[in-house]
Amino acid sequence: MISLTEYLILGGILFSIGVAGIFLNRKNVIILLMCIELMLLAVNMNFIAFSHFLEDPTGQVFVFFILTVAAAEAAIGLAILVVLFRARQTINVDDLDALKG
Amino acid sequence: MANLYLIIVLAPLVGAIIAGFFGGRIGRAGAHWVAIIGVGISTLLSLYVVKRFLFDDQEVFNGSVYSWMVSGGIHFQIGFLVDRLTALMIAVVSFVSLMVHIYTIGYMADDEHNWPKESLAGRNSYQRFFSYISLFTFSMLMLVMSNNFLQLFFGWEAVGLVSYLLIGFWSVRESAIFANLKAFLVNRVGDFGFILGIAAVAMYFHSLDYLTVFGKAPELADARIQVLGDSSWSLMTTICVLLFIGAMGKSAQVPLHVWLPDSMEGPTPISALIHAATMVTAGIFMVARMSPLYELSDTALSFVMIVGATTAFFMGLIGLAQNDIKRVIAYSTLSQLGYMTAALGASAYAAGIFHLMTHAFFKALLFLGAGSVIIAMHHDQDIRNMGGIRKYMPFTWITFLIGTLALIGFPGFSGFFSKDAIIWAVGDSHVAGAGYAHALLTIGVLITSLYSFRLYFLVFHGKERMDEHTRHHLHETPAVVWVPLVLLAIPSVVIGWVTVEPVLFGEWFRSAIYVAPAHDVLAELNHHYHGEAAFVLHGLTGVPFWLALAGFVLAAYVFWYRFAKDPHIEEKLRSRLAWLYQVLDRKYGFDDFYQAFFAAGSRDIGKALWLNGDRGIIDGVAVNGSAKSVARLAERARRIQTGRLYNYAIAMILGLIVLQAIFVVF
Repeated sequence: MISLTEYLILGGILFSIGVAGIFLNRKNVIILLMCIELMLLAVNMNFIAFSHFLEDPTGQVFVFFILTVAAAEAAIGLAILVVLFRARQTINVDDLDALKG
Repeated sequence: MANLYLIIVLAPLVGAIIAGFFGGRIGRAGAHWVAIIGVGISTLLSLYVVKRFLFDDQEVFNGSVYSWMVSGGIHFQIGFLVDRLTALMIAVVSFVSLMVHIYTIGYMADDEHNWPKESLAGRNSYQRFFSYISLFTFSMLMLVMSNNFLQLFFGWEAVGLVSYLLIGFWSVRESAIFANLKAFLVNRVGDFGFILGIAAVAMYFHSLDYLTVFGKAPELADARIQVLGDSSWSLMTTICVLLFIGAMGKSAQVPLHVWLPDSMEGPTPISALIHAATMVTAGIFMVARMSPLYELSDTALSFVMIVGATTAFFMGLIGLAQNDIKRVIAYSTLSQLGYMTAALGASAYAAGIFHLMTHAFFKALLFLGAGSVIIAMHHDQDIRNMGGIRKYMPFTWITFLIGTLALIGFPGFSGFFSKDAIIWAVGDSHVAGAGYAHALLTIGVLITSLYSFRLYFLVFHGKERMDEHTRHHLHETPAVVWVPLVLLAIPSVVIGWVTVEPVLFGEWFRSAIYVAPAHDVLAELNHHYHGEAAFVLHGLTGVPFWLALAGFVLAAYVFWYRFAKDPHIEEKLRSRLAWLYQVLDRKYGFDDFYQAFFAAGSRDIGKALWLNGDRGIIDGVAVNGSAKSVARLAERARRIQTGRLYNYAIAMILGLIVLQAIFVVF
């Protein structure tokens, strides 16, 4: 049988992939947004797994909240990306170093 | 009586202050009158004090005038101890000072020619000079009238300061500034020993008051002082030698003598006052005053005598090779101070002070006479350009001759009594080194006579060697200049005859000077003494007289007879005795050594400390270095701020992991 552990490991791996994607991404801001979504997905996975195995619907309800927030955040993120492109004519992360000390 | 002594000390100070601060307003005449009245009051009152001691059998006065501070159980006070030694000193100091004040009116009359027009120091220089010499008189009187070591030290330092101010009086002259710094620094070396001596006194006697210290001294005669770990020295010897080091600096004994010839850069009146009659005698006075301490240490007495005799002989030799009229007299002063010091070493304190008194008169006379010649020669001091001056300046000539005869100790003149007494006393002494000292002092008489008469013949006799313009203007100096010469010549002749008996053998000093019975050479001399006339007659048959006569004959032969035929005789002598003249011209190498070792050494150390310590370490490392290291650190630290998102994300996540780890572990 698939126990809780496997789901948690899946969640962990997805989260790590998301984090790694933020580090290793030097080319594309959209990748950054996708990685954020991946991390949110991993967290959601954790919640559903626990909700199922502890037979408590609280987890699933919370997932709804997270999904809503993730959607709104993705929308705003894309909007910022569009405005950024208009201003900088580039979405290369390496070029965004205006805060360089 | 306390008020009388206060007036003696303060009158010159008031004169100095008025002439110094208000010199511009009261003008030249105001300044010199104020100074002369101040010193004149001191002179009259000092002579009155002498009269009281002489005729009215006055008691010794020891009183405090002002309590400065009390610290560690010691009372630091201003007070006066006026006994017969003090009375003699204040009379001499104030009288010679008064003569110099009057003389200065003539000498500094055209001083404005010595300054460039825009010089600020040159403004009112005449009044400034009077202020300084009055200030000097005040300092010297404070020194001799003191009743405790602190005031002695105050007077000591004050006379050193005024000497510095006066040697460098013509501050626009490079040589004068060099000389005044040299005098002050060499004096400082002596003062270092002096203050260590005073500290030792304070440490072991717990008091700086003379009478307390003298009273307690016999108890501490065998005490020892811990110096450097395990070695211990006799306390009395240590104190006496340290105090004498101060005297070596002030009274210009070898090896701290180098400043006195250079001090001739100052105007002639101060050469007469400070560097012949008074300031340089402070060391002699101090040792005589401390006689209760010196009598307890044979080693110290021996040291004093050997240093004195060495100075007396070797400095006289240098005088033979000098061509500046003032330098010859300066080396003569060094030599005579050596005689006084040797007398002190032989425990003949009275003889040393007696010679101090007679020397003050005839040496001041010689200096002022030289100054008179210098004025007439339009400030040319080279004796090779003089000659035959006796025709033009009779008063100067006669008084100079009197001074010279007194200096060489011609029987009857004042210098004879004091000098012969010293030579006898040193001969009779049993302290270690007395034989050496006696030999040097005796031969020194020949040397003294030689250089004195060399100077006399080259300046006053023979063919005139000055240029026509100067010769045309040669005439006797004004009365303000030659009257002091006459007034100084009188004591140079008579004071020896008049005072020899009470001062040397009689009852003049009483308790002021203490001599231990084992050392009392003057008491032995007293047995052979049968009155002044007998002393003079005995002197005519004694070795010193024949040596002096030999010096006269030799000087007359070479510098009068042979010189008349061949004016270049001295050059020929120089080339024949080149080895001797080279040593004498270089003054035995003392100046060269001090310049190369101490002066250059100090400058090099200073330079090294400045370049490496100040610029290198303090400015470089501490100040600039700390700024630069902050900058470097900041340079490296700011690379963390890359402006790149993923770097910040890494930082966030790393921080999160670390915190979690800590949370789990702890």
